[in-house]
Amino acid sequence: MERIDIYPTHIYEGYKLRPGRAYPFGATLVPGGVNFSIFSRHASYCVLVLFEKGSASPLIEIPFRGMFQKAESNEPVWGEFRIGNVFCMTVFDLDYESIEYGFRMDGPYSKVERGQPGQHRFDPSKILMDPYAKAIGGREVWGHPPDWNDCYHHRSRLVYDDFDWEGDRPLEIPLEDLVIYEMHVRSFTRHPSAGVKHPGTFAAIREKIPYLKELGVNCIELMPIYEFDEFENSRIHPDTGELLMNYWGYSTVGFFAPKAGYAATGKSKDGTQVADELKTLIKELHKNGIEVMLDVVFNHTAEGNEYGPIISFRGIDNVTYYMLTPEGYYYNFSGTGNTLNCNNPIVRNMVLECLRYWAAEYHIDGFRFDLAAILGRDPWGAPLPNPPLLEALAFDPILGKCKLIAEAWDAGGLYQVGSFPAYGRWAEWNGKYRDDVRKFLKGDMGLAGAMSQRLQGSPDLYAWGNRGPTASINFITCHDGFTLYDLVAYNGKHNEANGENNNDGGNDNHSWNCGWEGPSTDPAVNELRCRQMKNAIAMLMVSQGVPMILAGDELANTQDGNNNAYCHDSELSWLNWTQLESNADLFRFVKNCIAFRMAHPVLRSKTHFTNRDYVGSGYADITWHGTQAWNADWSGTNRSVAFMLCGKHAKGGTVVDNYVYVAMNMYWDTLPFTLPGLPDELKWHVFVNTGAPSPQDSWQPGSEPLLDDQSRFVVGGRSVVILVGK
Amino acid sequence: MEIMIKTIDQVTVVDITGDIDGKTAPEAQAHILPLLEPGCKVMLDMSRVDYMSSAGLRMMLSMHRQTAGNQGQLILVGLSEEIQDTMSATGFLNFFTIQDTAEAGLASLK
Repeated sequence: MERIDIYPTHIYEGYKLRPGRAYPFGATLVPGGVNFSIFSRHASYCVLVLFEKGSASPLIEIPFRGMFQKAESNEPVWGEFRIGNVFCMTVFDLDYESIEYGFRMDGPYSKVERGQPGQHRFDPSKILMDPYAKAIGGREVWGHPPDWNDCYHHRSRLVYDDFDWEGDRPLEIPLEDLVIYEMHVRSFTRHPSAGVKHPGTFAAIREKIPYLKELGVNCIELMPIYEFDEFENSRIHPDTGELLMNYWGYSTVGFFAPKAGYAATGKSKDGTQVADELKTLIKELHKNGIEVMLDVVFNHTAEGNEYGPIISFRGIDNVTYYMLTPEGYYYNFSGTGNTLNCNNPIVRNMVLECLRYWAAEYHIDGFRFDLAAILGRDPWGAPLPNPPLLEALAFDPILGKCKLIAEAWDAGGLYQVGSFPAYGRWAEWNGKYRDDVRKFLKGDMGLAGAMSQRLQGSPDLYAWGNRGPTASINFITCHDGFTLYDLVAYNGKHNEANGENNNDGGNDNHSWNCGWEGPSTDPAVNELRCRQMKNAIAMLMVSQGVPMILAGDELANTQDGNNNAYCHDSELSWLNWTQLESNADLFRFVKNCIAFRMAHPVLRSKTHFTNRDYVGSGYADITWHGTQAWNADWSGTNRSVAFMLCGKHAKGGTVVDNYVYVAMNMYWDTLPFTLPGLPDELKWHVFVNTGAPSPQDSWQPGSEPLLDDQSRFVVGGRSVVILVGK
Repeated sequence: MEIMIKTIDQVTVVDITGDIDGKTAPEAQAHILPLLEPGCKVMLDMSRVDYMSSAGLRMMLSMHRQTAGNQGQLILVGLSEEIQDTMSATGFLNFFTIQDTAEAGLASLK
C-alpha cells in the first residue's frame, strides 16, 4: 500500500515541498524526496540551501517560513515548517546524488565580529554544514588545495545506506583477548614502498589485511576518520618550506561522515561510494577476524575559538554546542580553542546518535575517546561525579557490545586514570603503564613494585572498582609521543620540523638513546636498541590487560625523534615498508610474541589475580620471584622482576594452560635467576630470550626448545626471558 | 546515455554508452530488466561507459540478483580500469562475473 504522505503540499519557486518530519535529524531519503531536519534553539530564521554538486553558487534557497504556493491550486499560502526548535521540510524530486545542501540561519545578536566574544554567533551570510551530514564534500581529494573564496567549504551530502553486509556483524571478541594495532589511515600505506594501488586510503588497508593477519593482531584502531580539514591551520615551515597540515585529524568537521579524502573513491564526489568503501574494508577485516575501533574526538570541533571559521555548530546554536565563559569566550579544556558542550542534553544526544550510527551502520566494534575526561565536565567545566553522557554511553542498548575506551585525561588538567567513571563498561588508556614500563625499561631503579602492578593489569588502579585487568589498555607507545624505535634512540624530542621551535610535544618521554642521540653506526648501540625494542614488546605481550601496539613499531619505524608528528604528510609519518626486510628480525620477534599471547589464555585473564591457589594446583595464580626463586626483591635499588603464572588458573581456572615464567633483567649486567620448580611431569622450555641473537631470541609457540638446566637461567643484561612450562 | 540491444549466439548483448548515474540508471534499468527472463544469458558491454555512480552500481547489483534468481547469467565486459577500481573499492566487484572483452564474454556464456 502506498503511503498517503508522499505528495507535496507546497511549492516554492518550482520546488515541491511538504512539512517535514522532525526526526531523525539530518537529511533522510524518503519516498519521493528528501526530509531535511535541523535543530536550533535560538535561531529565529532558517533557510535550506541546495547546490548542484560542486557548483559555486546555490541552485535554490528555500525558507522554512514564508509565502509558498499551494501544490494543488498554486494559490499563495503562508507556511512555516518547524516543530518546536526543529526546522523540518521534505523536498521532492531531488536527485540525491547530485545535490549538496546547507543552511542559513539568523538569530539574536547576529554577525558578531571575528575575535569578539558572543553567546550567539549567527551570521546569515554564511552557509552552514548539517551537523548530521552523512557525507561531506569539499576536501574529497586529500591535500587538494581548496578554493579559499568558496562560499561553502564543507558541503553536506546525501548517502544511500543500503550496503550489502552479507551477514557481517561486529565480532564481539572479548576485550581481554584483543591485541590492538593503532594506525593512521594515510600513514599506513602512503609510502611508495607499500605497493598498493591507491596509497593512503581505506581500500589500501584492505590490501594489507594479509600483513595484519601475519602479524597476528585482531583489532585495528584507526586514528580519526570523521571528516576533518587537513588544511585547518595549514602553514609553510619557514625554514624547510614544507606544507604543515592538520595531518592527524584530531579536529572534527562532521561527526557522522567518514573522511572523504581517505577514500580511493573520494574523487568521485559520491558520498555513498565513500561510505561503501569504508564498509567494504570493515566487512573484509571482520571476515579475517579483525575488529575495527575508531579514535573519536568529541571534546572539540574544527571551528576553533572566536577567531575560527563558521562551519556549522557555532552558526546554528553556539551557546548550545560550546562551553562558553560568561563573557562569551570559548572555554579551552581541549587545548585547541573550543570545548564541545557534551553534557548539554542536545549535544549529548548528538554524541549518542553519532556513535549508534557508527555501530549500527558501519559495524564498528569499539571507540577510543580522545581527551575523554572532558566528556565528564558540566557546561561550565566542573567535573561531574555522575556524568550523564558517560553513563548514557555505558548503558546504551545499541552500543551494548561496543568497546568503550577513554583517554582518561584532558588538557585542562583533569587526570582520571584509575578513576574514570566506568559504569562497568569503560576501559582506559593506561598512561601509568606507559610511564612505569618506560622507566623500568631504561633501567631506572626501584620500579619492581610498580611493574608488578602493571604486569597484573594494574590492580592498584582498577581492582578497587571491580573493573578487572580489561580496564587497562596497556601501551608503551601510541601516536602521541615517540615511536618504539625513537624511544630507544633519542633522549629528548626533536620537533624542529613542526615549526614551533621544539616547544610542542611532551617532555616526559622516559626515553633512553642507548648511548648515542639519533641514528648510529655503532653496532653495539644498534644491537642494544634492537634488544630494548624486543624487551618492550615482550613486556607488553605478557602483561595482563589489553595490549596496544603503534603501527610500524614492529618494523622499528622512526619519526627522527619527533614526538608530535601531527602536521607531517611526509616520509616522517609514512610507514616505510622496506623495513619489513631490513628489520625482519624484529618483525619475526613481534609476531612470535603476539602468537604466544594468543596461544596462552593464562596471559589474558578477565579478572585480577588473587595471589592464592584456588584450584588445588599447589601454586598460586601468580607468584613473584627474584634472582632466587620464591624470593622477590622489592627493594629500591632493584632493576629486575620475575614472576610465574600457574596454567591451571588460566581464565579464573576455567581452562588449562601451560605455566609461564618471565624474568626481566633491566640491570646492565647478567644476573642468574634460579627457577621455581614445576610439577613433576612438566619441564621449562625457552620461548623468548632477548639476550640471544636472532633467531634464538624467540620461537614459534609450540616449538620452544627444552631448557637444559631446569634449575637456573642466566639472564643477560637488559634482557627478558620467557619460559613455558609444559 | 544510449543503449543498444542485439542478440549474438543466443546471448543478449547490451551495449551501453555514457555515464550510469542517478539520472540515467532508472532508464537503463527500464531497458534491461525486461531482458532478464528465466534462463537468460545477458552480456553488458561497458566499454563505452566512462563513469558509474553509486546509483549505477546499485542498479547493476539488483539486475544481477534478478538474473541469478531466475537461473540466468549476467556478465559484464569491457569495464574500464577506473570503474573496476571503484567496483573493487566499494565491494561490488565480487558479486559479478567479469570478462575483459566482448569476445571472451561471449565465449564464457556458450
